[in-house]
Amino acid sequence: MTDKTVIKGGVGEAIPHDSATLHVSGEAVYTDDIREPQGCLHAYVLQSSYAHARIRKIDISECYSDGVHAVITAADIPGINDVAPVFSGDPVFAEDEVFYAGQAVLAVAATTRELARKAAHKAVIEYEELPALLNVRDAIKAQSFVGETCTMQIGDSTAGIEKAAHRLQGELEIGGQDHFYLEGQIAMATPQESGDMHCWSSTQHPSEVQHLIARVLGLSDHAVTVDVRRMGGAFGGKESQASLIACIAALLASKTGSPVKLRLDRDDDMTLTGKRHPFHAAWKVGFDEQGRIEGIEIDLAANCGMSADLSNAVVDRAMFHSDNAYYLGNARITAYRCKTNMVSHTAFRGFGGPQGLLVIENIIDEIARYLGKDPLAVRKINLYDAAGALENRCTTHYGMTVEDNILPDILARLEATGEYARRIEDIRTFNDRNRILKKGIALTPVKFGISFTLKMLNQAGALIHVYKDGSIHLNHGGTEMGQGLHTKVAQVVAAEFNVDISRVKITATSTGKVPNTSATAASSGSDLNGKAAQAAARIIKERLVDFAARHFDVEKDAIRFEKEGVRIGSQLVNFAELVSHAYENRVSLSSTGYYRTPKLHWDKEAAKGRPFFYFAYGAAISEVIIDTLTGEYNILRTDILHDVGNSLNPAIDIGQIEGGFVQGTGWLTSEELYWDEKGVLKTHAPSTYKIPTSRDIPDDFRVALFDRENQENTVYRSKAVGEPPLMLSVSVFLAIKDAIAATGKGPIVLNAPATPEEVLRAITKARSAS
Amino acid sequence: MADTIRFILNGKLREVADLSPTTTVLQYLRTVEHLTGTKEGCAEGDCGACTVIVGTLANGAIRYHTVNSCIMFLPVLDGKHLITVEYLKVLAGGSLHPVQQAMVDCHGSQCGFCTPGFVMSLVGLLENTPVPSKEDIQDSLAGNLCRCTGYRPILDAASIAARKGKVHLPSDAQLLRSLQRDALLTYEVQGQKYFAPRTADELAGLVTENPEAILLAGGTDVGLWVTKQHKLLMTLIYTGAIAELHEINETDGNLEIGAAVSYTQAFEKLAAYDESMEVLLQRFASTQIRNSGTVGGNIANGSPIGDGMPPLIALGAKLVLRSAAGVRMIALEDYFISYGKQDRMPGEFIEKIIVPGKAANVLFKTYKLSKRFDQDISAVCSAFALTMDGKTIKSARIAFGGMAATPKRALNVEKYLTGRQWTDETVREAMQFLAQDYTPIKDMRASAEYRMVSAQNLLYRFYIETSEPGTKLRIYGNDG
Ligand SMILES: Cc1cc2nc3c(=O)[nH]c(=O)nc-3n(C[C@H](O)[C@H](O)[C@H](O)COP(=O)(O)OP(=O)(O)OC[C@H]3O[C@@H](n4cnc5c(N)ncnc54)[C@H](O)[C@@H]3O)c2cc1C
Ligand code: FES
Ligand code: FES
Repeated sequence: MTDKTVIKGGVGEAIPHDSATLHVSGEAVYTDDIREPQGCLHAYVLQSSYAHARIRKIDISECYSDGVHAVITAADIPGINDVAPVFSGDPVFAEDEVFYAGQAVLAVAATTRELARKAAHKAVIEYEELPALLNVRDAIKAQSFVGETCTMQIGDSTAGIEKAAHRLQGELEIGGQDHFYLEGQIAMATPQESGDMHCWSSTQHPSEVQHLIARVLGLSDHAVTVDVRRMGGAFGGKESQASLIACIAALLASKTGSPVKLRLDRDDDMTLTGKRHPFHAAWKVGFDEQGRIEGIEIDLAANCGMSADLSNAVVDRAMFHSDNAYYLGNARITAYRCKTNMVSHTAFRGFGGPQGLLVIENIIDEIARYLGKDPLAVRKINLYDAAGALENRCTTHYGMTVEDNILPDILARLEATGEYARRIEDIRTFNDRNRILKKGIALTPVKFGISFTLKMLNQAGALIHVYKDGSIHLNHGGTEMGQGLHTKVAQVVAAEFNVDISRVKITATSTGKVPNTSATAASSGSDLNGKAAQAAARIIKERLVDFAARHFDVEKDAIRFEKEGVRIGSQLVNFAELVSHAYENRVSLSSTGYYRTPKLHWDKEAAKGRPFFYFAYGAAISEVIIDTLTGEYNILRTDILHDVGNSLNPAIDIGQIEGGFVQGTGWLTSEELYWDEKGVLKTHAPSTYKIPTSRDIPDDFRVALFDRENQENTVYRSKAVGEPPLMLSVSVFLAIKDAIAATGKGPIVLNAPATPEEVLRAITKARSAS
Repeated sequence: MADTIRFILNGKLREVADLSPTTTVLQYLRTVEHLTGTKEGCAEGDCGACTVIVGTLANGAIRYHTVNSCIMFLPVLDGKHLITVEYLKVLAGGSLHPVQQAMVDCHGSQCGFCTPGFVMSLVGLLENTPVPSKEDIQDSLAGNLCRCTGYRPILDAASIAARKGKVHLPSDAQLLRSLQRDALLTYEVQGQKYFAPRTADELAGLVTENPEAILLAGGTDVGLWVTKQHKLLMTLIYTGAIAELHEINETDGNLEIGAAVSYTQAFEKLAAYDESMEVLLQRFASTQIRNSGTVGGNIANGSPIGDGMPPLIALGAKLVLRSAAGVRMIALEDYFISYGKQDRMPGEFIEKIIVPGKAANVLFKTYKLSKRFDQDISAVCSAFALTMDGKTIKSARIAFGGMAATPKRALNVEKYLTGRQWTDETVREAMQFLAQDYTPIKDMRASAEYRMVSAQNLLYRFYIETSEPGTKLRIYGNDG
């Protein structure tokens, strides 16, 4: 057994991010910081200005001038013009028709970016504008979908609603969200001998970029190598979207024979690449006097944009999370995957889960307001049964049993430490005494399913080399986007060998080292890659133990990896010394490791199964103050209690929780995507698209980890943490709603994002009936 | 004879002769110097990833301030000291600078892309405000976006660094002094010209000789014409090296602000008009932008959403326009003729702005409204000034931004108010007249209805704030 506390940087220690000192000193190398190879060209992408149009003619004859090396369109693609991750329908360049404003039409490589831009804009493109579908209502009317409409069902929802004592129905608009990773999309492709291609790509999914570069160039996967050391943020936006950028760079590199870098300007990035799906929800619910749900029907309509991309899985996840923490009993969840003339919406932290979760949390809130009850009481009464109390109320609408619901404990503790009851009273008093400012509060839970819902993706590989001097080279299929994955995996490996983490070198993710990887996504990075790296380490360890037993003539169980060195019988041998002996005696010191997640199954036809290995839980209380004259608001305090199992690194986990919460808060408050009536995105830069700043975080921000190990056998019994905390921000949205409710007796209709304008609109409505 | 651009980069002299005058400092750092610690996140001054520190010689000493290198043109550095994140370890004797160390210790970086910018903003803050409050820290970071951390660890790091370390930026001004010029700087590369005159007369001459030239002050608008609109600017005349235009004077109870005075420099004097003015200035862009952006540039660009206009118009400010032919003075509101059109004749430039002092019987408030508190362009910006005779309104000056194609006075409201008692009934009636004064538009910042309703409500807020001192109105700070 490894002792958790003794080595530096072992599992559970709050060590800094492995690149922290490089980050603060500006020495960390991002793709744009790599020294450009000699003769490197720069690319620019020309985008469609129409949401839907036929391309009559593309004339590029004016584009060429001194320094312009290549101008390419769909016609110049040697392989297949499609970078769709799963299905088809994401052309690199538009062919006869453009399907969204911002779609790539052609690209130029020139000696400078400025020249490439100028050249691209000299192309003459004749469009014939066609009618465009710009919202889900029109798409449904036109039966325009990117995937099948499907239903998840349990019990009899219609009967449940019918016979309930109370019924409510309503609608909710949910806006999308731009990822706004600080480092925009970028790739640099360099041609290799015999037509091969190397690419530095800022991607969460190097294997897919590799495969798609091969596809567009008409090569085999083995001819393409993709490397990524780190990304300046990704959040799902570089899961499928990075491929387009890398493929354009590779196409131009192949065409010109020179290295080509494509770095998108912020505006181009925001108009070219997909975002979080906007949703529309319509719902009906029946419930008893206590607010207990007896039947529910939810229709979700996701604005998927012009292609499927990852929308099927995103919308599935929205459906999976339409229960959040609650036993729905008789439920029917239906989802429409609407195809519109907008950018194809894509993965974004939570992957549809946040939208589904917001809908049900809002419904619970509506029930409580209707009954005049504390929403927390209504939440509690609807929770899945706690672990141990297994009655009937633990089966989800997709047939999975919730086995380890720890929310009752989390809620109880948070309610106490967050002084929920007292603050409700204080707020009531404050609201009675103040006519302009009003306060509101909400406590909302999160239950989030962990695993890729596509079973095959739940596998991972790692590669470890131990060099003769005892230093360790660690590589795995996961990518580093700031989430601290490399740090955590290195901690696991350090713990396995019981060596200081300084011995472990984390290296760039490379398709040449670990093949066929899944995207670093679905919060599963450390679950999967941690286990794979652990497996690789264990293989090498076993070889070392075998060797040492032979070499020193001791029993295997007399060999232990200790902090001071390897205990071999009565001797203590320095790790490096043992390794060196092993080398001399021809022991392999390199190994791959492999992991696949157990227990998963899914019956697509029946929409039943166990899509998740386990759930991660958490809860938050937020208190806000609103200005009823302008609709502006401020978050006064947020208390979070979140479940990460046994934390691999509490500092990194808390960072994920805080960062996720603030990002979610942005989604639900100030981050408004605005498309004009022609379907052109007008909020395509930070001047118009407003993510939170340091002033927008709660004045008083208290975050704690719920200390309980994962009941499933994950790496060190930890839990995934990337996505779940984002949804803690629903507490802010509902606290704002609570404050609005203090302004009048009319209906409280608040859609997301709750911009000051939206809040003022809701206040006006709330007052209309008073 | 063409000059070269001379400045100090991280303690070392640099001389540039062959880069386009509209090369940004960021492009220069990343591609010419290969100093890639300074990042590009937006190229429009809004994310702070490109934050650097510029040291300027003023009255014999060096003053340091943070700026957005992505929108600053290289020649502006002439005679200044440019400090980038790479220099901090050098200053700290080889180890991490206290701000950097605190960022590591507090886990203030995740992806790290925003981090150098935050580090520079905090170094800049501590240089000028050694013991910052939480609000000071947030003010200094209003122009730095981080998408990963949720900011809490960065705010912690700032407090800790403030308590811990004292590593100062270089104070020896000798080298900088040797770079100062007393004559016009003329820089030209491939037909693109850049002039930096030293006197207002020189400027007047240049503007007359180069009628097509673009005046460059802080460049927080002009920079974006290049980085966002990709315009080719052929002739630039920089106003920042003219001492006269940097003056702030108080004469006869008036405040005179030179056109090239930055918002940071003017902050204190303007904030003294009212607490609400201080909040407005706090919400005006970010620290980096206020360090560069000038009062003159804010007026001259003619934007309908410039935040300086409503309060200055309400206060009765006058604009002094100068040319080789002489000087003329107009009311600030008269400068704005229509969208994109100002009362500025060929050969003219703004010399200064004169803001009357606030009399004791004047009620004055100004409010900005935007989606986000920090660094956001106003949906509506308003200012109200009532000259009172007891409870009676003797005269009124009310101006709004964001409600029309130019900053504009609410003449109908003013007329209605004049002579009336300042009561709840009066203000409610007056709110209705706003609809006669303005027909706002809808865009990505706000709908027409929101603009109108919130404008009316801001007038009402003005009433409450001036008549019901007990009523809580602030969602930030103590009222909560
Ligand atoms: C990120 C960001 C945030 C911003 N936020 C705000 C905000 O919150 N509120 C706001 O009001 N503005 C904001 N702005 C706009 C801008 O910063 C201000 O308008 C600023 O005051 C402009 O001053 P400047 O010195 O930088 O002007 P410059 O860019 O140098 O010049 C602007 C215009 O004025 C002309 N000009 C400059 N000086 C003179 C002169 N002496 N005589 C005649 N013409 C002259 C120039 O030729 C040009 O047309 C923001 C800008 C950015 C990039
Ligand atoms: S790059 Fe964003 S502010 Fe300069
Ligand atoms: S650490 Fe990633 S943007 Fe700040």
